[in-house]
Amino acid sequence: MALNRKIAYINLTKGKIEVKSIPIKLRKLFLGSRGLDMYLMYNHIEPGTDPLGADNVALISAGILVGTLASASARTHIGGKSPLTGFVGSTNMGGFFAPEMRWAGFDHLVIKGKAEKPVYLWVHNGEIEIRDALNIWGKDVHETQEIIREELGDRDIKILTIGLAGEKLVRYANVMTELKNAGGRSGMGALLGSKNLKAIAVRGTMDIKIEHPDEALEYNKRLISQVTSAKVSQEQGKLGTTFIWGATNSQGLVRVRNFQLNQLEEADDIEPEALEEFSLGMAGCFGCQVHCRGKYIIPSGPYTGVYDEGPEYTSMGAWAAEPGCRNPLTILVCNHLVNSYGLDTLETGSMIAWAMELYEKGILTNKDTDGLELRFGNDEAVIEMVHRIARRQGLGDILAEGPLRAAEKIGKDSAQYLIHVKGMSNLHSDERPTPSLALGIATSSRGSDHLRSRPAIDLYHLPEPILRKIYSQPVAYDGPLTSNFTDYEGKPWQVIWQELCFEAVDCLGICKYHTLFLGPNFPNFDEWSKLLYYNTGLELSPLDIWNIADRAYTMERLFNIREGLTRNDDWLVDRYFDEPTKLGIPIVRGKVIDRDKFRQMIDEYYELHGWDENGVPRPETLRKLGIDQEPSHML
Amino acid sequence: MPKMLVVNYDKCTGCRLCELVCSVKHEGVSNPSRARIHITKWEMEGIMMPMVCNQCEPAPCIDACPTNARSWDEHLGRVVIDYDRCIECKTCVAVCPFGAVSFDHVAGRIISCDLCDGDPACVNFCETEAIQYVDASEINKRRQREAAEKLYESMRKFTMAPAG
Repeated sequence: MALNRKIAYINLTKGKIEVKSIPIKLRKLFLGSRGLDMYLMYNHIEPGTDPLGADNVALISAGILVGTLASASARTHIGGKSPLTGFVGSTNMGGFFAPEMRWAGFDHLVIKGKAEKPVYLWVHNGEIEIRDALNIWGKDVHETQEIIREELGDRDIKILTIGLAGEKLVRYANVMTELKNAGGRSGMGALLGSKNLKAIAVRGTMDIKIEHPDEALEYNKRLISQVTSAKVSQEQGKLGTTFIWGATNSQGLVRVRNFQLNQLEEADDIEPEALEEFSLGMAGCFGCQVHCRGKYIIPSGPYTGVYDEGPEYTSMGAWAAEPGCRNPLTILVCNHLVNSYGLDTLETGSMIAWAMELYEKGILTNKDTDGLELRFGNDEAVIEMVHRIARRQGLGDILAEGPLRAAEKIGKDSAQYLIHVKGMSNLHSDERPTPSLALGIATSSRGSDHLRSRPAIDLYHLPEPILRKIYSQPVAYDGPLTSNFTDYEGKPWQVIWQELCFEAVDCLGICKYHTLFLGPNFPNFDEWSKLLYYNTGLELSPLDIWNIADRAYTMERLFNIREGLTRNDDWLVDRYFDEPTKLGIPIVRGKVIDRDKFRQMIDEYYELHGWDENGVPRPETLRKLGIDQEPSHML
Repeated sequence: MPKMLVVNYDKCTGCRLCELVCSVKHEGVSNPSRARIHITKWEMEGIMMPMVCNQCEPAPCIDACPTNARSWDEHLGRVVIDYDRCIECKTCVAVCPFGAVSFDHVAGRIISCDLCDGDPACVNFCETEAIQYVDASEINKRRQREAAEKLYESMRKFTMAPAG
């Protein structure tokens, strides 16, 4: 059955591997993947552990519905203490790795210690081997996968790997699979690099029994129609997530020139429809009919003929709006470079745009950049900086340390130009006109982030009765809700709802584009309850799943508090409060976040979570969630 | 005229839902190694090719079968297998030019596409219509039309090009 996948503990220092079953009791408390990883993180990582030291633990997992007839159940989660923020490190990626890992018999890998020399793991049909990786150390993400497949003699092997950035311990290095499936944010690639772990190869031919196959087939068909009939899915299936960038840029909700502007004007050449010219069609992750992964070949320049996938929303910000560039080729090239180096596109683009503003302000000079003219709009300089960051050369070595450490090294007033929360850069969107989205990034457990909670449907001006229907289940809510995205009232509940929605699908292994993230008619807790039953036989109500998500998210909070997080860390940089937006449609122009109202939002957010005024979960909240005795060391 | 599976390689996104629904429908499990369809990929080049039994006629697997376990089903236009006669010698696996006949290592038997008895699950779930179940007599007409459209486009460009 889908619940009999194992957990393996791999100690790289000792070369020891231990395989265990996952108790059903823990399944019912945390389901799997991100949820169970958070339990493992709290139980296996000692407070104060050096994120790049051998004592940090890398957690690799597949969602409990991965590989089953739950549409878009393809997600891999990677967790550990973040080398970027020092708080929860957590990332989630699509592709085909997670289902293959389940067919190979495993749901969770807990990787401890540090290998003496580079190694990779070979996971196949219940077996795990630690293998020498000297011949792939230094290879890029794409080469690595081809070499391993060749070495093991099977073209269907799926591989999770780091690139040069992970080896060089760039604090925002990604874990990657295939071309562009990226486990980004929070530097999990650096965590693997610090363990001398280059890659994990998986291949399996073991059954995942579907408990009610006929019902599961029929229900999956229904869910697919539910998702693919939405206009937003159709756009995404044609243009990828770049379409979101196009839509939000037209309103003035994107970040330009390191937050100096909120709209990229004269962007015709890089509108999603213009980028379609380079598209070779779309690819899909396992079992997904939305197929939002663009395929392209670089048409000219030094990388002519190189095939890659993307670009995504974030690469539009990173390689166009933020550095103030308007050349589609720069987007395609940089997207390819970060994919092959295994760099986080968002963080890399943000660090470069920040350095550009410092250069503009004279805080960085040609001496610091080794003569590189790091001015906005200089495409060549942007491309060059990607190389330097991945290889840790010159200024790149400093930027590779992430926002806070880099600002400390550069000094002067550099820190005041950072756009970050908890030491992780913000998405290339502008949240000043949207308090709900601002609260989401400020409180996110892994540092500023749009994939922890983003009530994006707030932008749709949905009528209040529809909002009430959505946000009053599976738990009752009778507080305020408003259709106006510039309001502050009622938004904390929307942030919490979306937070637990994302946590739930990260436990299940389903893509967030199959949730209420993008549209009011997308699947939510009701649908997941049915999917769980048909596929695994687990009988959990929508409310049970909500409570599991709440429990898991609270574990993340507990981890962060144990690492020293305070209320002050749930806050935005001053520019959000002091500098009004300059461009965009009337409703978004001239907007700042109101400090007092934002403080009240945070109070309300804590209160609704059952946390005290410092953001610490109250004892009764922990008791109610059954996690008042953690760490309990059940696994 | 019986229908047949037609693959349109350009439309395949490589999601492998066809493999999943095939193994669930036939075996009640998720396990692509037990599916009768397989997407062969060149991941680093973005090429995906669904490979499935072509229901050849005459079929090498039928000709090669020493026990006459494999035979032609006129009604559905497919190769069928009689498990009472099959001795699992795997000759059919060896002779299939498309690798479309395989040995199910769990159930211990030969498997190949049975067109789900006329209602193929892979087709039902493929939203991009990369795999379709169509009347065999219509296939060439459709291809003819597609080819003609390409010719038409190039002729149009040629005739509309400015003189000189």
